[in-house]
Amino acid sequence: MGVKEEDSALLNDLQEQGLKIDKQSLAAPVKSAVDKFQLLPEFLKVRGLVKQHLDSFNYFLRTQIKKIVRANDLITSRVDPSIYLRYKDVRIGEPSIIIDGVTEKLTPHKCRLADLTYAAPIYVNIEYITGSHGSKTTQMKRDVIIGRMPIMLRSCCCVLYGKDEEELARCGECPLDPGGYFVIKGTEKVILIQEQLSKNRIIIDTDKKNCVQASVTSSTEATKSKTVIKMEKEKIYLYLNQFTSKVPIMMVMKAMGMESDQEVVQMIGRDPRYSELLLPSIEDCAKEAVYTQYQALEYLEQKVKKLPYSNALIEKEGRALGILRDIFLANIPVQQDNFRPKCIYVAVMLRRMMEAILNKDAMDDKDYAGNKRLELSGQLLSLLFEDLFKTMNDEARKTIDTILAKPSRSSRFDISQFIVKDSITVGLERTLSTGNWDVKRFRMHRKGMTQVVARLSYIGTLGHMTKVSPQFEKSRKVSGPRALQPSQWGMLCPCDTPEGEACGLVKNLALMTHVTTDEDEAPLVSLCYSLGVEDLELLSGEELHMPNSYLIILNGLILGKHRRPQRFANAMRKLRRAGKIGEFVSIFVNEKQRCVYIASDGGRVCRPLVIADKGVSRIKEHHMKELRDGVRTFDSFLKDGLIEYLDVNEENNALIALYEENAKEGTTHIEIEPFTILGVCAGLIPYPHHNQSPRNTYQCAMGKQAMGNIAYNELTRMDTLIYLLVYPQRPLLTTRTIELVGYDKLGAGQNATVAVMSYSGYDIEDAIVMNKSSLDRGFGRCIVMKKMAAISQKYENGTSDRIIRPQREGYEAERMQILDDDGLAAPGEIIRPHDIYINKESPTITRGPVTSPMGLPDSAYKPSRQTYKGPEGETAVVDRVSLCSDKNNNLCIKFMIRHTRRPEVGDKFSSRHGQKGVCGTIVQQEDLPFSERGICPDLIMNPHGFPSRMTVGKMIELLGSKAGVSSGRFHYGSAFGEPSGHADRVEAISETLVKHGFSYNGKDFIYSGITGEPLQAYIFMGPIYYQKLKHMVLDKMHARGSGPRVMITRQPTEGRSRNGGLRVGEMERDCLIAYGASMLIYERLMISSDPFEVQVCRKCGLLGYYNFKLKTANCSTCKNGDNISTMKLPYACKLLFQELQAMNIVPRLKLTEA
Amino acid sequence: MEEQKTPKIPVWDLPDVPKGKLPPHLELQRTRVLCTSDAPTHTENIRYSGAYASMGVDNSLRLGHFRDNFRVEVITLTEDDMEFDMIGIDASLANAFRRILIAELPTMAIEKVLIANNTSVIQDEVLAHRLGLVPLKVDPRLFEYMSENDVPNEKNTIVFKLHSRCERGSSRIKVLSNELQWLPRGSEFTLSTEKPAVDPTSRPRTYTSFNCSQDSLPEFSNNPIGPKHDDIMIAKLGPGQEIELEAHAVKGMGKTHAKWSPVATAWYRMLPEVVLLQEIEGEKAEELVKKCPVKVFDIEDIGKGRKRATVARPRSCTLCRECIRGDDWDKHVALRRVKDHFIFTIESTGALHPEVLFTEAVKILEDKCERVITELS
Repeated sequence: MGVKEEDSALLNDLQEQGLKIDKQSLAAPVKSAVDKFQLLPEFLKVRGLVKQHLDSFNYFLRTQIKKIVRANDLITSRVDPSIYLRYKDVRIGEPSIIIDGVTEKLTPHKCRLADLTYAAPIYVNIEYITGSHGSKTTQMKRDVIIGRMPIMLRSCCCVLYGKDEEELARCGECPLDPGGYFVIKGTEKVILIQEQLSKNRIIIDTDKKNCVQASVTSSTEATKSKTVIKMEKEKIYLYLNQFTSKVPIMMVMKAMGMESDQEVVQMIGRDPRYSELLLPSIEDCAKEAVYTQYQALEYLEQKVKKLPYSNALIEKEGRALGILRDIFLANIPVQQDNFRPKCIYVAVMLRRMMEAILNKDAMDDKDYAGNKRLELSGQLLSLLFEDLFKTMNDEARKTIDTILAKPSRSSRFDISQFIVKDSITVGLERTLSTGNWDVKRFRMHRKGMTQVVARLSYIGTLGHMTKVSPQFEKSRKVSGPRALQPSQWGMLCPCDTPEGEACGLVKNLALMTHVTTDEDEAPLVSLCYSLGVEDLELLSGEELHMPNSYLIILNGLILGKHRRPQRFANAMRKLRRAGKIGEFVSIFVNEKQRCVYIASDGGRVCRPLVIADKGVSRIKEHHMKELRDGVRTFDSFLKDGLIEYLDVNEENNALIALYEENAKEGTTHIEIEPFTILGVCAGLIPYPHHNQSPRNTYQCAMGKQAMGNIAYNELTRMDTLIYLLVYPQRPLLTTRTIELVGYDKLGAGQNATVAVMSYSGYDIEDAIVMNKSSLDRGFGRCIVMKKMAAISQKYENGTSDRIIRPQREGYEAERMQILDDDGLAAPGEIIRPHDIYINKESPTITRGPVTSPMGLPDSAYKPSRQTYKGPEGETAVVDRVSLCSDKNNNLCIKFMIRHTRRPEVGDKFSSRHGQKGVCGTIVQQEDLPFSERGICPDLIMNPHGFPSRMTVGKMIELLGSKAGVSSGRFHYGSAFGEPSGHADRVEAISETLVKHGFSYNGKDFIYSGITGEPLQAYIFMGPIYYQKLKHMVLDKMHARGSGPRVMITRQPTEGRSRNGGLRVGEMERDCLIAYGASMLIYERLMISSDPFEVQVCRKCGLLGYYNFKLKTANCSTCKNGDNISTMKLPYACKLLFQELQAMNIVPRLKLTEA
Repeated sequence: MEEQKTPKIPVWDLPDVPKGKLPPHLELQRTRVLCTSDAPTHTENIRYSGAYASMGVDNSLRLGHFRDNFRVEVITLTEDDMEFDMIGIDASLANAFRRILIAELPTMAIEKVLIANNTSVIQDEVLAHRLGLVPLKVDPRLFEYMSENDVPNEKNTIVFKLHSRCERGSSRIKVLSNELQWLPRGSEFTLSTEKPAVDPTSRPRTYTSFNCSQDSLPEFSNNPIGPKHDDIMIAKLGPGQEIELEAHAVKGMGKTHAKWSPVATAWYRMLPEVVLLQEIEGEKAEELVKKCPVKVFDIEDIGKGRKRATVARPRSCTLCRECIRGDDWDKHVALRRVKDHFIFTIESTGALHPEVLFTEAVKILEDKCERVITELS
């Protein structure tokens, strides 16, 4: 029955729908799905993959730096105020370096190779007073260098800016390299994107004791403070660092001039529930007998923290008022001691708190992406620059003052000489290279802000640029911030996060994310007022929260209220779409809080969406045609109001349809492409929407370790370590993201024919069986290049190292075979362990004066040759030798050592679905199974890898690639791509397979290569893109017999790099004890470790010594050799005894016969 | 066919099986691989001589029987490829030929590369690897293996020279395999230990010690040695780059390295047998014909406008199993493989012709058998 009913209901539904569709199609304008994909490449073309970094840095160079200089433009002497220096203008020049007084232009690649900093001079125009005493003249100077600013690659000041592929190639630069990093002393450094809680916004949440609190982190150019208003035991208090203890909030209100309780209640709102909540606080205030502003200030004065050294008398008056004005809610400006805006702000905070108390839903979510801001390189650098600039000016002022203070000055005084340019250059360079942001002025001490750009693979580099590092430390055991937030949709990649402690905290930007930069508020304010916002100043407390009126809040600042908020918001949005206000301004109507939030601050994440009117996309086919014809660009879409950027908050006001087809009446926006919710790393995975989600996360981590091509200029780079694949391929099953980011040009893997079957037993635990012939033909072959460097040092006494001709005959000749006549290893030579690669000699005397330092005799030099220390038996090749001079003008010689490796048992491979495995065995081709067409697999994967991992995407990849090779067309597997045609459907793939004579399910009839008979199962076989990961047995395998020991304990060294021993640890020892293998323990822990023979005095129990001359043992405590026994002891034990003795503890040995 | 109509009949009522002949269903299992939609069954060969002794059938291998029934039919033969049928042979023997072809037939391939100059972007060892994989057109039977302490001589080594340069100012060039130049007199590079010639008449010692020029040998006089294909890309050179090297080819086997394998691949498949278990007529026949992507089936007019499906080209069946997919198609069509009929394909890399390769493989197997016999006796 039930079934029948459902059926009929379904039928009715269908009929209804049919009718509806009919009606709609008659009335509504014709909908047709427009292929909007073309927008994406266009978007990435104008934006690049790391636009967020570039935008931020460009903003800093163009705007922020000028603001900073303008704000601190005057240096005036305190001694003689008429002497001053004024900065008129600031600009950044072209990247260059001054060598021996000659300015030489820099390219990034030159900096990488020569260990230079890619920096450009900061020019300022100055106006200053010269002359002494009587005669003072104003002078102007243009283009004075105050320091060097490291330049972000591809930013507006970079030489690569706007260059096409050919020009880039001429600069030695890879056209696919995204830029967005700095080159500091030859190393590439990227400033990670920092995630922070937004500034200047009220955030309602609870503290540890479940008390509701409203907190504001204020940040203005002048001050930074944190204000917390908290409800504790029904009373409301203010917490501020400048006060010694909590302060009742009514006290604060009174101190700000709100003497009447009624007004406060009115401001909060006349709802009796609110008044009830406020009552205890009011009573509290009355209990203290504080009724007037003066009394309140008196009261607060007691709570003010005493500064350790301050002029108590002067400071006493108005300290509290000063704090309330400048530090308490610093983001609300107080003009002419008008505290009213601040009072209203507090009232709004209180109201929101009370709402949250009455209704838990009104609580803010700290993890909500709209409450977060991303801090980028531009902002961080501007903080740093501001600090350094101010410091430099202070220093200059101090020197000027000391000079002016001198009674007699003879020379002409020139203030412009006292600008020391080194402090800014060095400060910027040091901070960028260490990553430690220590800005005392802003109480900022952050570590690890920069990282060396990961150049392991191209994707790793891209992934590194989009990485967002978290605000809090990773050790916290909370799940909230780690969880995937729904508001991250489209902004942050849901897959790409590391495993382990940073899981969920470190995130990656999605493909289309844009991070905003600051925008000027002033025009927006006046615009708001002219659009009908009623000024705050003109409103009474009562009017503030009138029904039907919404507060208008711009960047956390209450502007006023508006009676028709929706209309206001629409008007603002229209202006934005028309390009009258910035495209990244967000207008968000919050119905719950009855506010309209306008945001123009920097660090918000936003993304482009297609605008729809009543469910009809504004982009029509002719627009796309214009785009394809090259008439239109992405920006013109933006300008014409077809596309707009929405930030996380404004998304809440939008109804976004995934596809045009499912747009409804109320739809306001349509996604451009659904797969853009994924980031760069996750975009490589074909059919990720068919995989179990952790597998995609694993692949995101592994894609960064895959070997392949790293950049077009990979062979001219001199990185410490480069992994390359000899024959990289582009995947047969691609995705749109792969094409967009250029992974098809710089691939990191090979298409291997995979048979999913068990074979030989060497394929358990995810091991794979490989075909020897495939390896012979170049599958998985890789090149590892390592850098070795040597410096020909110059010493203080004028002597220097020298590099001399190698000896061709004699004792050392054999080790010098690879040296050229110039004493350096020649490129192309095979280098073996212990070979000398630089025949260097150093002078014996490097300090103190030497006669004729340049013409020292041969005897004054001692050899300091450098030898290659590679693994024994491995033959590497000298790939390149480069000579450059380093900062101290020493000759620096770099050698690249290349080693080509073919895969061996134990090397790690992985498909693109988080399915890693090591090579278990290598099998001759004739032993491997073959299909009816003679196809032999390159590798065999065990089917047990599938059931628990549920990587269906991998199976579809196999099918798709198989169809791809048979039909000669690359197939696609973009995420969520089936409806839009960016992923081939399995049905279509199967049809292709059948057309080419394969089974629809991809399983082939296979013959065993060993017996020659057919296998009793059809085997799932086809190509899968496999990555070779950087973990190779050759770098890891380690064994040792006897070898080096640590000097102090005489125990074997630790670690592979020191050829160390393998430790029998506590747990292993425990096992042996439990087993009773005492002799084994004795042997492992002493005989094979650090045996030592000691003389023990039986009488005093202390260690004696053996006198080899007299051949007697002696106890130095007893002064005789009567009671000496010889015994074996671990040396570490003897050491312990002696160390204890040094600490005045006497360990005594008691010996008994065994 | 038989297994469907086996109603429950007590054992003693079964008709007597004629002695000396297997019942049809056993015969089918013995001689055919049944390819059902889920898995192939009866893939194994029944080797035990007494497997059917209870039925009076001798399953032992009989040489005379084999000699009478064994046939080889060449289907296609070109310079590089050959397809032939091997009928009346066991899978293990066919496989032995396949394995020998891939791994144990010797050829000549470049093994040592002496690089005098390489300023191209391609690394020395990668270049050498690529050169090694270039198939050479030379009969390996005319050469000897070079063992560890042999000196390279005209009997065991072929020397090629490659000297290519891209002039400055010109555009990029490709270095193709046709630039590999055969040096019949052996290496031209003098040993590094050699002192500059004191006596101008005596030839300086080089990396090879040829007693005579290879082109004076009758085999090579009209038939210069070179790569099989002239258009194999070895490297690309940019302006100002140069490659100068000497490549020494020696004799080797595919099991050491795939470059010595004389075949691109060699494989066989069992002869497909497609059987219609029932008459398929009318629309269903049309459907069947349409189903098969390689057109195994055809339609036959059986008069009165009725159409019947027939199996026209069973040989082209790729076992995509479309014809037995879905519904109960497997009741109508049976896909089988004939266990003792192999369609053998050899794709030669060019050193020897495929038919020569096969005869060589047979010789090697013969040698192996003889070795076994001598070891045993």
